[in-house]
Amino acid sequence: MLLEVTLSGVTLGGMYALVAMGLTLQYGVARIMNLSYGELLIAAAFAAFWFYSGLALNPLLGLIVVPPLAFAASYAIYRYLLQPLVRRAKSRDQLEVDSILATFGLLFVIQGVMLALFGGAYYSYSFLSVPLQFAGATVAANRLLALVLAVVIGLGLYLGLTRTRLGTAVRAVAVDPVAAQLVAIDVRTASALAFALGGALVAAAGVLVSMFLTFNANLGVVFTLKALIVVIMGGVGNLLGALIAGLILGLTENYVATFIDPGLTLAATYAIFLLVLLVRPQGLLGRANR
Amino acid sequence: MSGLLEVESLTRRFGGLVAVDGLSFSVGAGEIMGLLGPNGSGKTTVLNLLSGALRPDLGSIALRGQAIAGMPAHRIARLGVARTFQIVRPLASFTCHDNVLTGLAFGKRRAWGTQARADADTLLDRVGLARARDALPGALTYIDQKRLELARALALQPDLLLLDEWLAGLNPTELEQGIALIQSLRGQGITILLVEHVMDAIRSLCDRCLVMNTGRLIASGLPGEVLAHPEVVRAYLGDDDA
Amino acid sequence: MMTQDALRVLGVAAAIAGLACVPFLLGDYGLSLAINIVSYTVLATAWSLFSGPTRYVSLATVAFFGIGAYTTAVFAETLAWPLVLLIAAGIGILVAGIVGLSTLRLSGVYFVIFTLGLAELVRQLVTWYEVNKTRTLGRYVFTDITAAQIYWQLLILAVLVFAAGFLIGRSRLGLALRAIGDDETVARHSGIDATQAKVALFVLSTVFMTLTGAIMAPRWTYIDPAIAFNPVISFTVLIMALLGGVHRLYGPVMGVVPLALLFEFLLARFPNHFSIMVGLVFILIVYAIPRGIVGLVEQTVRRPA
Repeated sequence: MLLEVTLSGVTLGGMYALVAMGLTLQYGVARIMNLSYGELLIAAAFAAFWFYSGLALNPLLGLIVVPPLAFAASYAIYRYLLQPLVRRAKSRDQLEVDSILATFGLLFVIQGVMLALFGGAYYSYSFLSVPLQFAGATVAANRLLALVLAVVIGLGLYLGLTRTRLGTAVRAVAVDPVAAQLVAIDVRTASALAFALGGALVAAAGVLVSMFLTFNANLGVVFTLKALIVVIMGGVGNLLGALIAGLILGLTENYVATFIDPGLTLAATYAIFLLVLLVRPQGLLGRANR
Repeated sequence: MSGLLEVESLTRRFGGLVAVDGLSFSVGAGEIMGLLGPNGSGKTTVLNLLSGALRPDLGSIALRGQAIAGMPAHRIARLGVARTFQIVRPLASFTCHDNVLTGLAFGKRRAWGTQARADADTLLDRVGLARARDALPGALTYIDQKRLELARALALQPDLLLLDEWLAGLNPTELEQGIALIQSLRGQGITILLVEHVMDAIRSLCDRCLVMNTGRLIASGLPGEVLAHPEVVRAYLGDDDA
Repeated sequence: MMTQDALRVLGVAAAIAGLACVPFLLGDYGLSLAINIVSYTVLATAWSLFSGPTRYVSLATVAFFGIGAYTTAVFAETLAWPLVLLIAAGIGILVAGIVGLSTLRLSGVYFVIFTLGLAELVRQLVTWYEVNKTRTLGRYVFTDITAAQIYWQLLILAVLVFAAGFLIGRSRLGLALRAIGDDETVARHSGIDATQAKVALFVLSTVFMTLTGAIMAPRWTYIDPAIAFNPVISFTVLIMALLGGVHRLYGPVMGVVPLALLFEFLLARFPNHFSIMVGLVFILIVYAIPRGIVGLVEQTVRRPA
């Protein structure tokens, strides 16, 4: 029992980590606090649902089609909606407030579209829901597949950011946009790419999540919130921190849901968040600012 | 014997970098103390630790015998420590008058009302800004912004004033006025710790000097002696010239 | 001088008296619209009381509104009305205190994140409690409070929120908050206890929100957590305050009146696409009039001079 709960907690935590990695790219590099972030996850989940139920296609096909679309959409959002704010902002604080407001509006637009299309009901589909035996515990095949794919995507991102030229440029912007400019990095393009990449990641996570969780049009905010908490908890811009924090959150939620009460999972999330705020607001792996 | 300010083994790290490393010194009441050192030697960090902008990792700071290390900035300010910033930071949406009023309202005296407004005018006059009473700081010249910041610091009625390169970037005439202004504060009984690179100012103002390099104290004493100290010369100019 | 001040006081008194007569002049529909406008005036003004000077964007208006509404639903039948309001205010203060003390000593991001999910958290906790302890999800609100009485109570609350804003603006706290909004580091070094000032103002602003919820609850005969903690309310308040302008006390109300009417129209015409429309209106405001109607007016008045 404990092992099973732990395994499903790790799967959920892996999803949170993946979602948070995308957000830390958007917030850490492009400096946009994107409150509509989770809406993209739900939109991708609906897309996978539609692939499976509407077109009778394998939802994994969604993993090939949806993230590139989300990349393009996020790029367009950054380019046309957010870059004017970046240009207008006199300070980083100003940009933060403006981007919070703009993406908060976007949240309601995207959510409204999904509500109009799908209503407020919960959706799920049954894909690969065959039980597998794993070290004496029973796991659904779809969960295991989702976890494996999340690990592959996360690892790919990590290698891409640390081993390639473009990745290094993106990380440089995260550390110091002004200094990055001085060494001839195109900050604007790097920011736009990071923002779009974040969108693609959250869409991939949405497809994976849809394989084993039920979801509805109102759930985006909760994912945004959890991603933000994981990012803060791990330390802004820190991929490894996001992984650890995501796992902690996923495990805690699953333990609370199984052994205490499923109605208290968000309360558990908030309890963790409060703890982080009181004890280590710079994050587990974050450094105190100078 | 105990000075107005007693600092003992003050230490602050940023990640792996030790910005201030076991610093100990004391400043007597009414003294003007210079804090010198090459860029990056930790001078501004010392001021940040004294004013409460940063918390020390180790060490103690005593003001009139009271331990203030690690206290929040507003409590240290109310106890009588005021500061200016290396790059001026006026409250941009406040008139000059209201900038100064802020210091009066929340400083040691917590003054409010007609008397406080009159006091703000007196302070503006004192630093030579009476004419700019209702102007916004953005409309002032650089030296006037520095004057404004000094007036705001004085409004706290400090016993100890921390000046972070307050004289930097002034032209010769302004520099002369600035030095005279600081001199006049000593006459009022305010103790001053100033971080400065302008040697003329150091020679004519400071009673004593401290010199830092890479977070440590490398020399202290009278300005003339300290500036001739071989290690100080080496810190500023490099090994070849020593 | 004396006469000018006296005239001003007289003018304000006359305006309040005039507004107090509204229930006698309007029909049922008109009165419900008026209640809507006054309640949003209180919410938006209270919102900008805190978020205007500090620039901390609070997304949790409905968390407090909902707490108030639920308190009424739970206690209205058994306790005296003033006591119900007192309990609502007490719970609101408690929650605001926890949120404020844990986030307001840090930078604004933490506060935004905390408030983003706060309504959902409270909603889930209430749901959990109702399902597990009382075994009911919805509640009926039976009181003998009439629509006109709700209107008058809200009007009193509106007068109070404006009075509070006016007095704070002239007080030391007001000066402290403006200084914090300009440069928190400088404010702290000028002896301002920034955390204390922010928490105090946040608590005050949320008390008004909680009371609005408590007073409004009898308007619905049936309440469940989804109705009381509807996130659209937080969003609407934010839009109204921003459209009006948050840097003046009278700013938000300039946004409330046109938007309350517009939303009334949109809700009737496009009930299923309401949140899309509201979102688009909001984005438009953020881009086109970042300083609100008041900012726009001040800009055009100043330019020719």
